Amino acid sequence: MLFYALKRLIYVIPIAVAVGFVCFGLVHLAPGDPMSSIAPPDAPAAVIAELRAIYGFDQPLPVQFVKWLGRAATGDLGRSIATGRPVTDEVLKAVGNTLILAVGATLVGFTLGCLFGGVAGYFQGSWVDKLASSLAVAGVSVPHYWLGMVLVIIFSVQLNWLPAMGAGPGGSGEWAWDLEHLKYVLLPALTLSVIPMGFVTRTVRAVIAEILNHEFVAALRAKGLTDLGVFRHIVKNAAPTALAVMGLQLGYLLGGSILVETVFSWPGTGFLLNAAIFQRDLPLLQGAILVLALFFVMLNLIVDLAQTAIDPRIRRA
Amino acid sequence: MTAASALSETTPPIASSPGYWGGVFRRLRRDPVAMTCAFILLLIILAAIFAPYVAPADPYKASMLRRLRPVGTPGFPLGADELGRDMLSRLIFGARLSLFMGLAPVFLAFVIGTTLGVTAGFIGGRLNMAIMRTIDIFYAFPSVLLAIAISGALGAGLTNSLVALTVVFVPPVTRVAESVTTQIRSLDFVEAARASGAGALSIMRVHVLGNVLGPIFVYSTSLVSLAMILGSGLSFLGLGVKPPEPEWGLMLNTLRTAIYVNPMVAALPGACIFVVSICFNLLSDGLRSAMDVKL
Repeated sequence: MLFYALKRLIYVIPIAVAVGFVCFGLVHLAPGDPMSSIAPPDAPAAVIAELRAIYGFDQPLPVQFVKWLGRAATGDLGRSIATGRPVTDEVLKAVGNTLILAVGATLVGFTLGCLFGGVAGYFQGSWVDKLASSLAVAGVSVPHYWLGMVLVIIFSVQLNWLPAMGAGPGGSGEWAWDLEHLKYVLLPALTLSVIPMGFVTRTVRAVIAEILNHEFVAALRAKGLTDLGVFRHIVKNAAPTALAVMGLQLGYLLGGSILVETVFSWPGTGFLLNAAIFQRDLPLLQGAILVLALFFVMLNLIVDLAQTAIDPRIRRA
Repeated sequence: MTAASALSETTPPIASSPGYWGGVFRRLRRDPVAMTCAFILLLIILAAIFAPYVAPADPYKASMLRRLRPVGTPGFPLGADELGRDMLSRLIFGARLSLFMGLAPVFLAFVIGTTLGVTAGFIGGRLNMAIMRTIDIFYAFPSVLLAIAISGALGAGLTNSLVALTVVFVPPVTRVAESVTTQIRSLDFVEAARASGAGALSIMRVHVLGNVLGPIFVYSTSLVSLAMILGSGLSFLGLGVKPPEPEWGLMLNTLRTAIYVNPMVAALPGACIFVVSICFNLLSDGLRSAMDVKL
């Protein structure tokens, strides 16, 4: 196990460098001069050249890449062109806000998904199964940004129960743990939760159905175990897969909440990326993408190791 | 004894054997959910193709007087949008680009991913390592983030969104193609073909492709719904199709402010995306069980 963990951990390093390369390459592939967002179009060439030198855009791309990667390894992602603040601070603040949404959505989605999937798998072919499976298909098929709009129409516009946008009263972007702020997180988290709900339901249903086909279930029943006792064994066998799906979904939500964040004006990574794209703020854009991708890589690693630790059968070393 | 059974005694059973695809279609026809979805999709696709003949009005013709008419207004069965354009016509014309954004990237990814994956799986060794490790890098990005990052970097526009979505879908298709090909390659009949002197190319064409295309195709169909959602999502963010082109995601974006005035009309384009996406998902599920593919 330790050897396997070490091997996986070492494998992350080339992936991280490659991810950095893709982020950098992607952003510099972009047409348009990054200086155009801060310098007025009629600025003298000398001023633009000076600005270029300040941000390091005057150097050859490979040099820029190596310098950027070296600084990124120490946690310094440069300064945002638009705001002048350190990119690391901006990104981490936004990731924190997105994590609130993503974790909330994953918890709701995982709970519902396990419930629906468990019932559907246990009573395969019954009307409960059909209902749960339909909900799951709807969950994975729904354009979540539209679902967010529909929820706003119902709960904010028509019923006026919950706020339609923002992360706190008075349009404040600061998050705090109180009831007033909790109201703001409810709709976006609920919107996001349908995706993990759908995936977890489908996975858990398939896993439970497969486990029920195994001979050991019949053997457990034959030896006189109660339904609850059999159920405990099934849960034990289904848990690793369900947990793995949950971990992956959390990662997807971290990057995937951008559309929902736009609908609800949530000050998370989606909001940040949007601003960075439309202002051509290259340091912010590549920093945000890098941090999100690295988060995703680490999450995958944790899921993989946790799965191996829980279920020794899938040791791949 | 009925006429039918008398007939079956005289005809040899071999002649009536429908073959693999015949069996798949027979099983699919017996699946009411899949058939309903196929029917709905067919209607929408036909409406999109013949949009100029089906749509009741010009989808670009604006009128300040008719802004945000509610659903059911005479002459405007689904109301009018924020510029007074007929919603029904815009939804019908919008199906063209939205369906294109769902189908085209998946088709491209199917072609590219199958080529890469089958090559990697069939040849193996260093080439496999090189292809699959490169693919691994793209797995480090959540799909939505990758799509938005690429089209954000390239700039708004239909072609750029198409490129972005294709890049997002090539890695998963390649992975599936590689794993299916690796399984097939080690089977006895491929060994037998090789022993009987068949060249690498003809083994690939006859024995490998024939057995891997089905599963890869089924897997690809399951991506169409996600492509629809992501493609419309890019337009929703302002990174895809540009106004005044009718496209469901873009319409949803421009109608966002109308949710306080006319929520029904504002929600319509999203409902269209939802219906098409769910139909593609259910049809793909039906196809998967009809072809008995396990991935």
